[in-house]
Amino acid sequence: MSKFQKKRGKSSPAISTASLPDIIFMLLFFFMVVTVIRDSELKVEVTTPQATELSKLEKKSLVNYIYIGRPAEKYKATYGTKARIQLGDKFATERDIPLFLERHRSKVPEVQRGAIKTSLRVDQDVTMGIVADVKTALRKAGQLLLNYSAKPRPE
Amino acid sequence: MGKKSAKDRLKNEVNAGSMADIAFLLLIFFLVTTTIVEDKGVLVQLPPWSEDEPDITKLKTRNVFSVLVNANNELLVRGEPTDIKDLREDCKEFIMNPQKLDNLAENPKKAIVSMKNDRGTKYKAYLEVYNEVKAAYSELRNEAAQSRFRKDYEFCTKSERKEIRSDIPLIISESEPSNFGEEN
Repeated sequence: MSKFQKKRGKSSPAISTASLPDIIFMLLFFFMVVTVIRDSELKVEVTTPQATELSKLEKKSLVNYIYIGRPAEKYKATYGTKARIQLGDKFATERDIPLFLERHRSKVPEVQRGAIKTSLRVDQDVTMGIVADVKTALRKAGQLLLNYSAKPRPE
Repeated sequence: MGKKSAKDRLKNEVNAGSMADIAFLLLIFFLVTTTIVEDKGVLVQLPPWSEDEPDITKLKTRNVFSVLVNANNELLVRGEPTDIKDLREDCKEFIMNPQKLDNLAENPKKAIVSMKNDRGTKYKAYLEVYNEVKAAYSELRNEAAQSRFRKDYEFCTKSERKEIRSDIPLIISESEPSNFGEEN
C-alpha cells in the first residue's frame, strides 16, 4: 500500500514527444521506398475491361507492359484516332515488339527470364484485330506468359 | 554581461519541436502522391508459335466446345446463339457431362474449348468470354477440391492442385481471327 501512496502528489511526467519525429520519419521512408514514379507517360487512352478471374501480378521487375488504345486527346492530331500500340513511352507497331521484349529481357537476371510476363493493357473498346497481331508477335518472339489486364468486377 | 551570455549559450539548443511538422509535411506529400498500382488481370499461357494452324477437325466434335464471337459481339456456342450469361453453366455442363450425354465431352481431360473471333470483335467481348470459360474451369476445380479434400482449390497443397489440374485441364485453343469487321 505504502508503495502506491508514495508516488501520489508528484506531478505526472509529460509524455515525451521527442521520438515522434523518428516515428514519422520511419513512415516517411516507408512511403518513399514504396512509391514508384511511373516512368512512361501514357499516350494512349486505356480503360481496362472488367473481369472476375483475376490474378495478381507479382514481381514488378519481371513484367513488361504493352498498351493498346486510341491516342490521347493531344496526340490525335498527329497520330489519328485509330487504335495504336504503345511500348515504353512511344508509339510503336507490332514489328517493334521483339526488340522491346529483348531490351527488357536483358535487364532481368538469367535465372528469372522464364518467368517474364507481358501485361497487355488494352482498352475495352479496341477491336481484336490489333490485339491478335500483338499476340502473334508475342508468340513469334517466344513470350508466352500473358496477362490481360483487367479491373475486378463489383458483384 | 559575459557571465550572462555564457549562461545563454549553455541553454541554447536547436529547437527540434518543428521537426515532426516538417516530417509530417513530407509524409503527407508522399501519401498523396503514392498510388500503389496493383496490376491485376486474366493470366493466359499462349501456345508456342507454329506456322500451321492447329487442326481441330481431327478431334471428335463431341469434345470440342466451340465459341464464336462475331464482329457484332454476338455469341455462337456450338452452333447456337447464346447469351453470355449462360456461357459459364453451358461450359461446365459440357466439361463434366453429368448425364453422360453423347454430344458432350467424353471426360474433362478430353474437353477442349475452341475460341474464334473476328478482327472486328470488341476486346471487351472477347475478354468476357475468356473470363467466363476460365471461371467455369475454376468453379469445377473448386468443386473437385471440395469433394476430394474438403477445402477450396486455393487452399490446396501443390500436389493436390496438380492432381486436380491434371484431371480437369484447362485447354483453350484459339484460332486466328477472321478478317471481318476490321475498323479502318
